[in-house]
Amino acid sequence: MQPVLSAYFPVLVFLAVAAAIALLMVGGSLLAARQRPYPEKLSAYECGFEPFDDARRRFDVRFYLVAILFIIFDLEVAFLFPWAVSLSRIGLFGFFSMMGFLGVLTVGFIYEWRRGALEWE
Amino acid sequence: MRDFFLHTEVGSGLLTLFETLGILVPVLILMAYSTYFERKALGAFQLRLGPNRVGWFGLAQPFADAVKVFTKETIIPAGANRFLFLLAPSITFILACMAWAVIPVQNGWAVANINVGILYLFAISSLGVYGIIIAGWASNSKYAFLGAMRSAAQMVSYEVSIGFVLVSVLLCVGSLNLNDIVLAQSRHWFAFTPLFPMFIVFLISMLAETNRAPFDLPEGESEIVAGFFVEYSAMAFALFYLGEYTNMIMMSAFASILFLGGWQAPFGLTFIPGVFWLLAKISLIMFFFFWVRATFPRYRYDQLMRLGWKVFLPLSLLWLVLTAGFLEFFHMLPRSS
Repeated sequence: MQPVLSAYFPVLVFLAVAAAIALLMVGGSLLAARQRPYPEKLSAYECGFEPFDDARRRFDVRFYLVAILFIIFDLEVAFLFPWAVSLSRIGLFGFFSMMGFLGVLTVGFIYEWRRGALEWE
Repeated sequence: MRDFFLHTEVGSGLLTLFETLGILVPVLILMAYSTYFERKALGAFQLRLGPNRVGWFGLAQPFADAVKVFTKETIIPAGANRFLFLLAPSITFILACMAWAVIPVQNGWAVANINVGILYLFAISSLGVYGIIIAGWASNSKYAFLGAMRSAAQMVSYEVSIGFVLVSVLLCVGSLNLNDIVLAQSRHWFAFTPLFPMFIVFLISMLAETNRAPFDLPEGESEIVAGFFVEYSAMAFALFYLGEYTNMIMMSAFASILFLGGWQAPFGLTFIPGVFWLLAKISLIMFFFFWVRATFPRYRYDQLMRLGWKVFLPLSLLWLVLTAGFLEFFHMLPRSS
């Protein structure tokens, strides 16, 4: 294995061990406990009513808006990571180019704020 | 024997397996006792006794709970997507366990000492959203669906500020390796430097990221019963519970590595091994989780969103720019290799 990749081998081992534990617990419980299902027990919980309709329907658009905002800012963070680590080597030019980028995003952020994209009411 | 473990492929594979178990088994025991610790602490806060029947001082309570939950019936709702329904809690649990691969418990003692450790932890904690979203969708119940949407939006909002906090710590360290981050704090822990506000932002965002009180809206009993895990029972429910507490312990470890010097000993008390110091710091932050839960009422959803987007995001961004500017113009940037 290449040295860089072999450093990640323990991650795979963790994945395998955790998956085995999860499988063992759920599977063991399924086998050990007595399963006696009947239609009323298996119906989705809805405060004592029969479920009116399917739960997978339209939802509030604001959740979508939050997701879009998140993508923008998370990309920003993704750009900041390499910049932060190498800042001592890229000098003032590197510093001010990132400041310019952050400035543009901040203008966008202020615009969102003023348009009320961050309001939840 | 030594040769076998260090120089053959099977041997080193086995060694990694033992190391993995050496981390995961204590973590799971720690997790079991953190539930006991929480109930005892909440009991003390409310002038109750807490669990005290099973075993000496109720110390066998976590195991009694485990046996009970193991022998319960796993109910899979008729309208649910059976495979995804059982996959979702497993994802939550597996991710919470996987994060421990990179946590250094002593100088250089991490099972996977990878050079992008902090990025790995950030990625794993972001993936946590999947378990919740899948659970909410697969249950095919309105409460579960709403709870999952809320939870995802909340975790995603606070992740942005956590990202900025991480970057400002990185500026002071110049490395993405978790061990280097701890070593950089050998003289001053970052919580006691001008990064202190970021420490507070991290502590509060951590509560939102793990869906804990006062940000436990996804499971707010008073409005959407139990949120995304309404339909879960028996071991599938227990996996969510395990995942949540393992995540809390992981976030505590993360916070102590970033800001409280990880395994570094305070006041030069180096004769006590670093593992115990890390454990002590984790316990301290876990106590903070329970203290907050006992003290504050639950937030409203619009307040939660306002705090995330309108307070923490600008604050952490501003502090990040200030930190970078200060380090740049006073020539205090760490010389990374």
